[in-house]
Amino acid sequence: MNKCREAAGKIVQETQKFIEAHTTTSVERAVARLLGIDGVDSQGVPLPNLVVEQVQQAGLLNKGIAYWLANGVLALGMTVQELAVRVGEGQVNLVKLPSQGIQQIREICAGLAVNTVKEISRQRSRREELLRELGEGQQPYLYVIVATGNIYEDVIQAQAAVRQGADIIAVIRSTGQSLLDYVPYGATTEGFGGTFATRENFRIMRKALDEVAGEVGRYVRLTNYCSGLCMPEIAVMGALERLDVMLNDSMYGIIFRDINMQRTFVDQYFSRMINGYSGIVINTGEDNYLTTADAVEAAHTVLASQFINEQFALVSGVPEEQMGLGHAFEITPELEDGFLLELAQAQLVREIFPKAPIKYMPPTKFMTGNIFQGQVQNALFNVASIMTGQGIHLLGMLTEAIHTPFLQDRYLSLENARYVFKTMRHLGEELEFKEDGVIQNRAGEVLLKAAGLLEEIAQLGLMTAISKGYFGDISRQPDGGKGLSGVIRKADSYYYNPFIKLFMRGRDE
Amino acid sequence: MKPGQKAGGLINPDQKPEGLISPDLTRVMPYGDSLNDGAVQLSFTLPVPPGARAKEAARQLAEKMGLEQAQVVHMEGIDPRFTFFVVYGRSRHWVDYSIIKAPQAVKQVMSKQDVDAFIRTKFGRRLRIVGACIESDAHTVGIDAILNMKGYNGHKGLESYHGFEVHNLGAQVPGAQVAAKAIQVDADAILISQVVTQKDIHLTNLTKLVEILEAEGIRERIVLAVGGPRINHQLAQELGYDAGFGPGTYAGDVATFIVEELATRLETGTEQKGG
Ligand code: B12
Repeated sequence: MNKCREAAGKIVQETQKFIEAHTTTSVERAVARLLGIDGVDSQGVPLPNLVVEQVQQAGLLNKGIAYWLANGVLALGMTVQELAVRVGEGQVNLVKLPSQGIQQIREICAGLAVNTVKEISRQRSRREELLRELGEGQQPYLYVIVATGNIYEDVIQAQAAVRQGADIIAVIRSTGQSLLDYVPYGATTEGFGGTFATRENFRIMRKALDEVAGEVGRYVRLTNYCSGLCMPEIAVMGALERLDVMLNDSMYGIIFRDINMQRTFVDQYFSRMINGYSGIVINTGEDNYLTTADAVEAAHTVLASQFINEQFALVSGVPEEQMGLGHAFEITPELEDGFLLELAQAQLVREIFPKAPIKYMPPTKFMTGNIFQGQVQNALFNVASIMTGQGIHLLGMLTEAIHTPFLQDRYLSLENARYVFKTMRHLGEELEFKEDGVIQNRAGEVLLKAAGLLEEIAQLGLMTAISKGYFGDISRQPDGGKGLSGVIRKADSYYYNPFIKLFMRGRDE
Repeated sequence: MKPGQKAGGLINPDQKPEGLISPDLTRVMPYGDSLNDGAVQLSFTLPVPPGARAKEAARQLAEKMGLEQAQVVHMEGIDPRFTFFVVYGRSRHWVDYSIIKAPQAVKQVMSKQDVDAFIRTKFGRRLRIVGACIESDAHTVGIDAILNMKGYNGHKGLESYHGFEVHNLGAQVPGAQVAAKAIQVDADAILISQVVTQKDIHLTNLTKLVEILEAEGIRERIVLAVGGPRINHQLAQELGYDAGFGPGTYAGDVATFIVEELATRLETGTEQKGG
């Protein structure tokens, strides 16, 4: 275990050198949002994109957008939002304005930044207050997704799920949003396999969940996704609209959406910093490896990735209590004693990351059109989860292989989980795994293999390891994938981002 | 005497022992626990609160669906505004099974060796395949199961065949890129995967691709097939594809289709490529 942490620490430190020397268009857009820019121009293009593009086209983004915005505010004597609107109207070119003193620029920025950071802290306190007032469900938290494509329809389904016992509602994003290099704006009613993540949609769902939380007398957590080309911007929106959980994996976008790895590494760093400061639990996505690789053979890659995600989280200021490290129940039902191996993995992860609210994913890959058998698969998954004390329990849907969940699918799976959790609540405390038995041995084997893998990766470097297909059997190249053009080398000491210091609470900048 | 016992456990259609269950294939109905009882189970949700009225509404709805003696065996309010029902009933409908057609892309699947031998003798060159999961769809497992060396469930993929040269473009590939690659490598076949079907997005994507291929003038000289969990041969043909493949497909199915189709075209003079 220590070997694993050591190797993962080394891997992350190595990657961190690259990360800290770079920024990205999406990091800068997040900074623009944090400084107070929101909205779109007459063509519907988000203002954060417009200001950042203008500076990028001049080749001057390496100083950071904060510098240029504060310079503009000083030069023209207007608010940062007014400035962005003018840029959108083509009336102002940020890089052509007379330059102001660096001291004043930093002061202006610090002022604006403190406002937003206060607002984020206020949301964080509000969450804590509501949790005290209303209380919360017991762990493992029951987590379900809504994915109608229409935020208003999502609200109906989410509230129904809460009344049936859900503790966490995740609004799945529309197919393809992760590849958009901007965040859509306003309330949306059309999506494919999910609903667009927009600030307005966040607000609508937050309000709906707070409402129903009052009714059922327990706080209801809201989840959305930072993953994709806009990780940091979505993290900002989540912080301001009091999301509680956000998917934020250091490698998912690279492997499963073919987003450029340099881009993702830089983006995940800043977005996690925001998540960490907002008190948002991050959910990592290594469970997905098992959809493309075999769950028995690749179990150690999931564990190895959890160690890496843990280290990346720590360097961005995310405490262990906010690390929803992911894994999944994805062993083929055909395998004799497969359930024993599932138990081994679940218990192993639980013990290695004792403070983390482990995120446990249900069977998906081996779900079929036989929904009746699907209920049984899900019931076994529920058993494994309650026995090993997982933190965040994503409910399996009996119709997983068919469509995004119907209202009744969610109801049936909540009923299933409530039953299993209730009837077996303390089973895990009554049992011990047999010394030198199948389960103990399997856990030992997976841990050993993870250590070997991490040491190998530490030798190779993370980027090379990914290019060799170490995770999910999928290989990606450092210069391949989407979004590389948005990666920019910082102009060393001239680069300015007032938020890094604030979010890291005075830790090393 | 139990049905079938006289015939040593086998049903002999010519000699119908007393009580032997033998459905009339021109009038096939659901079977619950006796022939032609029409037994059907279904479940659904209505946007009304639970109660006697809701239950009656569910029953009437089931009757409108063609069920007789519909019984609501379970009703549960899953929200003040929604009620879930489980209903049993007897279908009064039947179908004439004897005239039903369900077209399949291939009748007899060839073995890998046979496909390779067939390619050697009929074409005397390797056949070029371009494969992709197109547009916003990021699911690669299905197309990889067909194309990758490793294959799926112990069935090796097309890359393992001597007779195929495979260009797997992966997922989220725009239609135009598929067309460009097909032109670049002078492809014999294009294999497309579509997994996400929400709001019929697969139909939009698949139709768009056919239009692109037609605009590029290559549709006619290429074998175009599509697969995915919600795809079948009939749907594929309606969308302008030569074949469609659903769940449980292996590389062998597609391989057989491609070589047979190309051979037919060669014989009828529509194949335009040389080696
Ligand atoms: C694995 C998986 C993922 C992985 C994909 C990893 C990867 N690299 O492929 C990840 C986690 C990334 C993922 C993401 C999403 N997924 Co997904 N996913 C699945 C899952 C669990 C399994 C799919 C799978 O791999 N099946 C195994 C393969 C072998 O089967 P297959 O695809 O059917 O292929 C076989 C045949 O269909 C056929 N075939 C397929 N293609 C082709 C092509 C040719 C030419 C031929 C001949 C044959 C053929 O042969 C194959 C072998 O027999 C399914 C649920 C399920 N159990 O089916 C959901 C599922 C497909 N996903 C779904 C959704 C909605 C999504 C998301 C949109 C969710 C979101 N909003 O974020 C995202 C978006 C991805 C995107 N942009 O497309 C929905 C689709 C609903 C629908 N009907 O539209 C499903 C059904 C889950 C659900 N119930 O909601 N997903």
